[in-house]
Amino acid sequence: MGILLAIQGAVSQGVLWGIMALGVYMTYRVLDIADLTVDGSFALGGSICATMITMGMNPWLSLVVAIAAGAAAGAVTGFLHTKCDIPAILAGILTQIGLYSVNLRIMGRSNTPLLKLDTMFKQLAALTGLPAAWVSLITGVVFCAGLITLLYCFFGTEIGSAIRATGSNEHMVRSLGANTNFTKVLGLMLGNGLIALSGALVTQSQGYADIKMGTGAIVIGLASIIIGEVLFSGKKRMAFGTKLFAVILGSVIYRIIVAMVLQMGLNTDDLKLLTAILVAVALAIPVAIEKQRQLQSYKASLGKGDDGHAGN
Amino acid sequence: MLEINHVYKTFNKGTVNEKKALTDLNLKLEDEDFVTVIGGNGAGKSTMLNMVAGVYPIDAGKIMIDGTDVSLMPEYKRAHFMGRVFQDPMMGTAAGMEIQENLSMALRRGKRRGLRWGITKQERERYYEELKRLGLGLEERMSSKVGLLSGGQRQALTLLMATLQKPRLLLLDEHTAALDPRTAKKVLDLTKEIVEEQKLTALMVTHNMKDAIQIGNRLIMMHDGHIIYDVKGEEKKNLQVADLLAKFEAASGEEFANDRMLLS
Ligand SMILES: Nc1ncnc2c1ncn2[C@@H]1O[C@H](COP(=O)(O)OP(=O)(O)O)[C@@H](O)[C@H]1O
Ligand SMILES: [Mg+2]
Repeated sequence: MGILLAIQGAVSQGVLWGIMALGVYMTYRVLDIADLTVDGSFALGGSICATMITMGMNPWLSLVVAIAAGAAAGAVTGFLHTKCDIPAILAGILTQIGLYSVNLRIMGRSNTPLLKLDTMFKQLAALTGLPAAWVSLITGVVFCAGLITLLYCFFGTEIGSAIRATGSNEHMVRSLGANTNFTKVLGLMLGNGLIALSGALVTQSQGYADIKMGTGAIVIGLASIIIGEVLFSGKKRMAFGTKLFAVILGSVIYRIIVAMVLQMGLNTDDLKLLTAILVAVALAIPVAIEKQRQLQSYKASLGKGDDGHAGN
Repeated sequence: MLEINHVYKTFNKGTVNEKKALTDLNLKLEDEDFVTVIGGNGAGKSTMLNMVAGVYPIDAGKIMIDGTDVSLMPEYKRAHFMGRVFQDPMMGTAAGMEIQENLSMALRRGKRRGLRWGITKQERERYYEELKRLGLGLEERMSSKVGLLSGGQRQALTLLMATLQKPRLLLLDEHTAALDPRTAKKVLDLTKEIVEEQKLTALMVTHNMKDAIQIGNRLIMMHDGHIIYDVKGEEKKNLQVADLLAKFEAASGEEFANDRMLLS
């Protein structure tokens, strides 16, 4: 029973954090930019949401404001990267560090609990009569389904196509008349908007915002993306919508893995190390396989003697 | 229609790697001029095309297209005027996107991009017909990723993309140099066909002197960042490869050292 509950909790966490992973996917995979704003924009969404709720404002409105603030954070990184020619990784780190102070300013302290306050999950639970755990899970699934649909449609539009093309060959995109500075900034805004939304949802679900809630979010996002890709690695052609779905699924699996290793007695403090190792290994494996393949084919050519290369 | 006036470009100014790529470059193209460009390695041919396209800012001078001063216009805005094909077949297409998606990006060159669908049904029908004339069977693979195509197929696709939306100016930078001879000929024939059919104004860099003489109505030779020889009409038609070599030696005071050119 404990396991089942733990898994249900993991799934609903996975879905809500999955939106963050979708945001990372926008920059890391679609734009091919390593954006480290993530940790800051996730906590930004949480800080704004918690502060607005403690001020007695509508928790749904706080989601909208969180998205806008996340998009603004993405725009700052985009400005530093495209207009000031700062490498993307550094631009993201600068925004992320800056956001740490911004988030502290917003909350006025490092942790904001929402104990007795009205979150959207509590509202929905009261409305439907369902237990809190289910409400959080169902809401998360509905949000993910809606977002995947919206993103799928958006990336089918002219602007959306230009953003995707920027990640594939930005030189070509400019030669075909699209402003790649604009598409990059837009992609970064979209990604960080999603990430802040996720931060706001997670805050309401767990009942508090913390200044450190975003620490390591980028690595969790990468882990989700990679797990999702491994799950579907058998498929040669994947529709864009399926790829997005795979990211959410990857996030859920990640949370289930985490829940299981915690059940098995792993210390929570060691979780980040475990995640980092997981991502590092997942990134290293394809490289190792490729090197091995290269070596094997070279060795095979040696075996064939002098005309081993004559096939060309 | 294109005017290049006293354009200078130096790369890495003030460093040990300083390289004067263009020095007092002047060129004026008339409508429907099809100009072949030859010159040794490092003569500034690619730089000239890149300056016209706005890849890098120029140091001095002026570039006008149809009477508009485009000297300070960013590359993506100048794309409104021109279609481009590059030496590297990887450069003109997006490998991660489908053939039809690449074409749909090209069809919107110089147009405002909004929230309309990135590709429509009517467009697809047009792409099918256009791809068919390439004779490479790509029309049956419109939803394949471009990354799966060979260099020659990608270059033919890039050429189609550059001219899908009729450009005021077509810039071709040794666009057949990376292809095997048979594919190169095919892409070159296609180039002639399209330029003629659409009555395009074009600048084509080539390292093949025979092609340079046979194709187009005008030929320019570059050396040390500017044009040292400019010939058109009958005079160009009657040129021999030996004449070009002699011209080069006379103007530069050097032996023609580019073996790629001697061979072709
Ligand atoms: N982006 C660049 N940065 C530095 N130097 C460059 C760059 N592009 C071209 N050059 C230099 O400018 C000169 C002209 O190059 P280029 O126009 O490519 O010659 P061509 O196409 O005629 O062979 C060469 O010496 C080249 O090294
Ligand atoms: Mg060149």
